[in-house]
Amino acid sequence: MYALLAIGFSLIFGVARIVNIAHTAFYMLAAYCFYTLLAKTGLGFLLSGLISVGGVTAFSVLCYRLVIEPVREHEAAVLIATIALALIFQELMLFTFGGHFLGIPSTLEGAVRLLGVSIPYQRLLILAVAAAMLIIVWYVLYRTRLGLAIRATANDLEVANLMGMNVHRVAMATVALSVSLAAVAGVVVAPVFVVDPFMWLAPLVTMLAIVVLGGLGSLKGSLIGALIIGYVEAITVFAVPAGAYLKGAVALLIMVVVLLARPEGLFGVAFEEER
Amino acid sequence: MLRSFTVGLAALAFAAVGNSGAHAQTIKIAILGPMAFVQGENHWAGAEMARDEINKAGGITVGGKRMQVELIRADTNEMTSVPDATNAVERVITRDKADFLIGGFRSEAVLAMQEVAMDYKKIFLGAGAAHSKLGANVEANYDRYKYWFRYTPTKDTDLARTLFAVMGSIAQQVRTELKTDAPKVALLAEKAVWTEGLIAAAQKNLPAMKMEVAGLWQPSATATDVTAELSAIDRSGAHIVFTMLSGPVGIVVGRQMGERNMKAVAWGINVEGQKDEFWKAAAGKAQFVATLDTYAEVEMTPKTIPFVRAFKQRYNKAPTYNAATYDAIMFLRANIEQVGSLDADRLVAAMEKAEHVGTGSIVTFDKRHDLVWAVGKTAGIAVQWQDGQKVPFWPPNVKGMKPFKLPAR
Repeated sequence: MYALLAIGFSLIFGVARIVNIAHTAFYMLAAYCFYTLLAKTGLGFLLSGLISVGGVTAFSVLCYRLVIEPVREHEAAVLIATIALALIFQELMLFTFGGHFLGIPSTLEGAVRLLGVSIPYQRLLILAVAAAMLIIVWYVLYRTRLGLAIRATANDLEVANLMGMNVHRVAMATVALSVSLAAVAGVVVAPVFVVDPFMWLAPLVTMLAIVVLGGLGSLKGSLIGALIIGYVEAITVFAVPAGAYLKGAVALLIMVVVLLARPEGLFGVAFEEER
Repeated sequence: MLRSFTVGLAALAFAAVGNSGAHAQTIKIAILGPMAFVQGENHWAGAEMARDEINKAGGITVGGKRMQVELIRADTNEMTSVPDATNAVERVITRDKADFLIGGFRSEAVLAMQEVAMDYKKIFLGAGAAHSKLGANVEANYDRYKYWFRYTPTKDTDLARTLFAVMGSIAQQVRTELKTDAPKVALLAEKAVWTEGLIAAAQKNLPAMKMEVAGLWQPSATATDVTAELSAIDRSGAHIVFTMLSGPVGIVVGRQMGERNMKAVAWGINVEGQKDEFWKAAAGKAQFVATLDTYAEVEMTPKTIPFVRAFKQRYNKAPTYNAATYDAIMFLRANIEQVGSLDADRLVAAMEKAEHVGTGSIVTFDKRHDLVWAVGKTAGIAVQWQDGQKVPFWPPNVKGMKPFKLPAR
């Protein structure tokens, strides 16, 4: 889940220089959408999941056109606008569903025991879906014309513009791709976690730690950063059981240390450099 | 122009008379709670039932005059903002002219709300917060805080007494069924102020009760994944997981224990586990999760079963302890009718001496205006989730209780 969220966040930052704080709020919207379709309309897991991902992705494009694009030239304004969007989504969910904690049945029931550790099938499904999504993203980025345009824009926006690329359209496509990853994460994770209006906050913090560790704008860095932070969180719980609540703080500490010691992260580009 | 002015003046005068008349005819009770959350919903639902019952019977008799009850719904939004909670109290007192205040949930917010209520010398019946300081304030500065009474739940240290009483009975069952002398107990407490005293008490009391503490795990109250914690608890060989959870992590714990097919049984405080929605929220995986609770269809008092049934019929779900706003209003009515006045000081004096048989407890107050703790009176009940049903099992001598079950090994 962390990898899907972090890669999406990194992608949109790398291409469009948009720090999308609302990224995990879209993940929350997808989880609510999935819950509603599954519990209220009786559609199956697959159909509910596809509609949720499609609907939230389309909605993100609308948000981009109406809220982000008009202020895109001003980074601070974009940051504030995305924070506002996230809070609006949170309050809308609170208004619509109340503060109830909602649960979704597992897509796959049961568990397998590996090396003495019980792993529910739902977790393995998340792993499989995450792997499939990462392969799809890799394919789109490195084997399609859209991917070429995205990478060119990420490399140098001005030159891409001068070469005749419609950079606004590329940015919009990147927003869609990035939010679709968040939406997939929301759909596959909803049956494991609890759906509530504040569920976007905790992953936001972890996701920021991951992208800083991996390097802002680096997809490879996001993937490796997600693995590192995930392990660090688990190790924190095992090493300091009474301090399990500190796992988020440990992730943030890593973020601060990386910012101080190596601001470009593991695989990112130094801030001082002009791309 | 003159005619319009005269008509306007007459309308204003009529409105003023109408308002004062309405105010004089009603007793205004503000129900304070996080209305977007289950706690607030129960605050309001319990109060609605009391209001309808009283008004249908003709109202409250105050010095020979019948007065209707008018509720003011005040959303404190205390889950996300303590200032919103104090603003809500200020508003219902100054703008809505509330005569009495009932409700509150989060101790942090209720401590702040208590200050505002005491500034205005308004009687405030707590129906949600457990922190000892609320009652300690009364003892430390009686003249200022005497208008505060904690109607439900018992204070945190008394909650611990109940928890250990039930723990003793579960441990005995573990000893018998699993043939072990010293059951192992894993402490799983969210990181919050209210759990600190309970953790210290558990670490001290459990060895004295011939139980072994297998370790302490403290996830965040909003943790969405406790896989690592549960893996470690599994490896510790714990027979009982002593839960101290008020946040959504309670659902995650119940669900993931079920998914992992854990052999340890969960007992303690799991606020989410008290709600009817818990089983569904935990995707039907929270088998054998047990928690302290207040309401079930058992004869805690002669009023318990009729109230729970009426509540279920009206709201399609069972009440949580916050629905004791019903009892708080009935308690207020009894004292107002006895005193024959709405005067706060006279009512405080009467309430300090009163005993009230409510729907979930039999209430008397100590010098801190906290409930006097007693099993079968104010200690509450214990329930366990069994096949989608919340089954009451403690205190065992109360009519309607059923057996506690351990997971099959």
